[in-house]
Amino acid sequence: MRTTYKKLSALLLFFTGLIFTLSAQSPKGKSGTFALTGATIETITKGVIQNGTVVISDGKITAVGTNVTIPQGATIIDCKGKFIYPGMIDGGSILGLSEVGSDPRTNDYNEVGDVVPQMKALTAVNPNAVAIPVTRVSGVTTTLVVPQGGLFSGTASLINLHGYTPDQMYAGFDAVVMNFPATGRRGFFDRRSDEDIKKANEKSLAKINEVWEKAVQYHKLDSANKGKVEYYPQLAALLPVVRGERTLLIDVNASKDIQAAIKWVQEKKVKKVIFSGVSEGWRVADEIAKAKIPVIAGPVQSLPTRDYDRYDRPYANPGLMRKAGVTVAIQAGDRNMNYRNLPYHAGFAAAYGMGREEALKAVTIVPAQIFGVADKLGSIEVGKSANLFICDGDPFETKTQVQHVFIEGWQMPMVSRQTELYDEFLQRSPGVKK
Amino acid sequence: MKKIIITLLILASVSLVQAQVERGNVLIKGGTVLTVTKGTLENTDVLVRDGKISQIGKGIAAPSGFRVIDAAGMFVMPGIIDAHSHAGIDAINEATAPVTAEVFTGDAVNPFQVGLYRALAGGVTSIHAMHGSANAIGGECETLKLRYGVKDPEAMKMEGAPRTIKFALGENPTRVHGSGNGIVPRTRMGVEFVIREAFSQGKAYMEAWDAYNKAKVQKGFRGTPPAYNKRLETMADILRGNIIIHCHSYRADEIYMLLNVCKDFGIKRLVFQHVNEGFKVAPELAAYGAGASVFSDWWAYKFEVYYSTAYNAAILTKNGVTTSINSDDGELMRHLYHEAGKTQKYGQLTDDEALALITINPAKQLGIDSRVGSIEVGKEADIAIFKNHPLSVYTIPMITIVDGIVRFDREKDADDQRIYVDPKQTIDVTLHTSTGHDHESCMQGAVYETAKLFGFNLLEK
Repeated sequence: MRTTYKKLSALLLFFTGLIFTLSAQSPKGKSGTFALTGATIETITKGVIQNGTVVISDGKITAVGTNVTIPQGATIIDCKGKFIYPGMIDGGSILGLSEVGSDPRTNDYNEVGDVVPQMKALTAVNPNAVAIPVTRVSGVTTTLVVPQGGLFSGTASLINLHGYTPDQMYAGFDAVVMNFPATGRRGFFDRRSDEDIKKANEKSLAKINEVWEKAVQYHKLDSANKGKVEYYPQLAALLPVVRGERTLLIDVNASKDIQAAIKWVQEKKVKKVIFSGVSEGWRVADEIAKAKIPVIAGPVQSLPTRDYDRYDRPYANPGLMRKAGVTVAIQAGDRNMNYRNLPYHAGFAAAYGMGREEALKAVTIVPAQIFGVADKLGSIEVGKSANLFICDGDPFETKTQVQHVFIEGWQMPMVSRQTELYDEFLQRSPGVKK
Repeated sequence: MKKIIITLLILASVSLVQAQVERGNVLIKGGTVLTVTKGTLENTDVLVRDGKISQIGKGIAAPSGFRVIDAAGMFVMPGIIDAHSHAGIDAINEATAPVTAEVFTGDAVNPFQVGLYRALAGGVTSIHAMHGSANAIGGECETLKLRYGVKDPEAMKMEGAPRTIKFALGENPTRVHGSGNGIVPRTRMGVEFVIREAFSQGKAYMEAWDAYNKAKVQKGFRGTPPAYNKRLETMADILRGNIIIHCHSYRADEIYMLLNVCKDFGIKRLVFQHVNEGFKVAPELAAYGAGASVFSDWWAYKFEVYYSTAYNAAILTKNGVTTSINSDDGELMRHLYHEAGKTQKYGQLTDDEALALITINPAKQLGIDSRVGSIEVGKEADIAIFKNHPLSVYTIPMITIVDGIVRFDREKDADDQRIYVDPKQTIDVTLHTSTGHDHESCMQGAVYETAKLFGFNLLEK
């Protein structure tokens, strides 16, 4: 009797301890071997597989298909009636670089100076930013973190949204960021005269040309002296761009600016270029296509740039460019930390002419190709990194629930501060009376 | 005779002031009608006569001269109502004092803004054109109907809509007045005091006038009326229950504070705007009967919205709070149907619950729910027709009707919908917000502060 009681209390103690541990710790990612069975798999690159299985092992996709042997000891996730998609890739964010928009102390995306390409976004990514889990539980697994401001803002890096150090998150792509001098106004608060805008534009263009010429000289000196040149961090950061080893990511929006940027890129013979933003791309889509410059368009949910433009141009922009033959990826381009809305920006593009298939590519395989990481990301294929998610419907549909997310084979806990607040406050206790 | 002439003159001037509302006749055939309040009706016709819904049913024949819209395969829903907008007005913030109850956005209505057409193209038919959030007590607001095409500002106003006023708590009034001008309020303590002080002064003013009005009809009364003061007059009208408070707020503590202030002054008509932490005090809001008008998912743009959750609307709804989803933004305004859809991802609301957030609920919050906000016989014919179900990401708004007049038609409208062209506008100058929304148009008018918020320094070029 006594022993039973002792045993019982020990058991009780064990369970109490267990419950305490579970509730006191934030859930962590889990690695291992997983078999996701019975799903509709949209591979993106190799069609749709009905009732298929995906096996994840050692961070990679090791099997995809209908006739797959499930490895022993694999954790099986029954995906009957569910869908598997590759993790979505957002082509431009400040995730991890900003915590609270209006508080400068929490913002690390805009360094002092107009020409600071040596400033590395990856250095300042906070792996524990609250917005990171908020974003990844919606199926966005990868993002390009982009420094902002000035002419050469810094160096952007592609990161996966899981890891405890920037290096654990790094997804293998960097780009030097350039804001092409804009002829447009920056917003309602921009009260400069037309003349002032024109002057500022010319001055910025001259500055960019001067920096580029110096970078070319630096490249020549560096080559001639076999790498033994004076320390010049700005030019050293531009060196791989001049040599065609690193991409130049050019933020450009107005049609005139896009034309000027194309001309600039061709004159300077810049080899690797991506345009970002491109809100008036539809106006000069043929020219972008002819120049063979890929774009990361967005935000799609935005207002027309000019009063006289048709109301739905921003929604139709990605589709219009695609039809003209431009390689189009889509970004959420949202400073309110709502990169989780990437599927909705793509959904709007799909509805307004791009079509679902192309829009789906624009947030998966196309950005992977543009960033040169299509061997690892962007589709469900054997050998690729296991970045994928499982959901109960079309990932663009607003009501669809994302149920599991894997990043580099790690199963993500499906919680964020936003879900935790829901759990705590849906039925608050105490209610009105304590 | 003199009396008759005076009466005629008064009548004439009244009819001059009140702009004529254009009303139309139309038959919408064979759509799926989402009434919001009375369920979903498949393959149903809606007959609109003289700007009002006169019949809902199957196989209604078109009376002669009625425009017929074939809505087969499409979805017919009540026009969307945005309970928080700054569109359609040319002045937003009278940011000169913590209390500016004397001003009125209705004095600055601009019917020419092309943004109003773009909102129509998103199925929106009514908007609450609000004063900004720079002051603890801002100005009165105007409820507009999007009769885009009219040139008379008066004709944009929703005639007979209840009066509303903007209040604001937290960072905006404390930043503008406390940090900016070195006057109270600099803290949330100060905001409470400013509001209590204004109500106390309004109460004294109201009592002085009530005493005077009572005394002056007594025989042999000698005396003068109290000095007229528009600011206090407005405060008194709030106390009298004639004005609905719409209060910009984020944090739970400040929401709770205003509930207590209103309770102390006997004020019942109260709606909280933004109310990002409303979910934390949902039981209190429900018990008070206060409304909540929220963003679907905006957060992190400043500290007081850091502890937000996109589940806010669902938590509030499930706790019994009359909740709406608003825009406060030109782009959000034209896809509110999609914003409402997000409550199905975050909290799995039903179709009717989600649609109510942008139709009947904001109508209740503006006190216009007996006229608009659902498809019911007798209501004004403010109707939006969508290609797919309006909560689907793939939907496209096709036709928007206000008072029975088609104001947006995707198939027929020209690209350029301006009705006023600025002769000074240089066409090569374009507006770009490529890396984000203009969060908080609330602060427009307090330009310098806003610019700093965006990280631009306007004092330098």
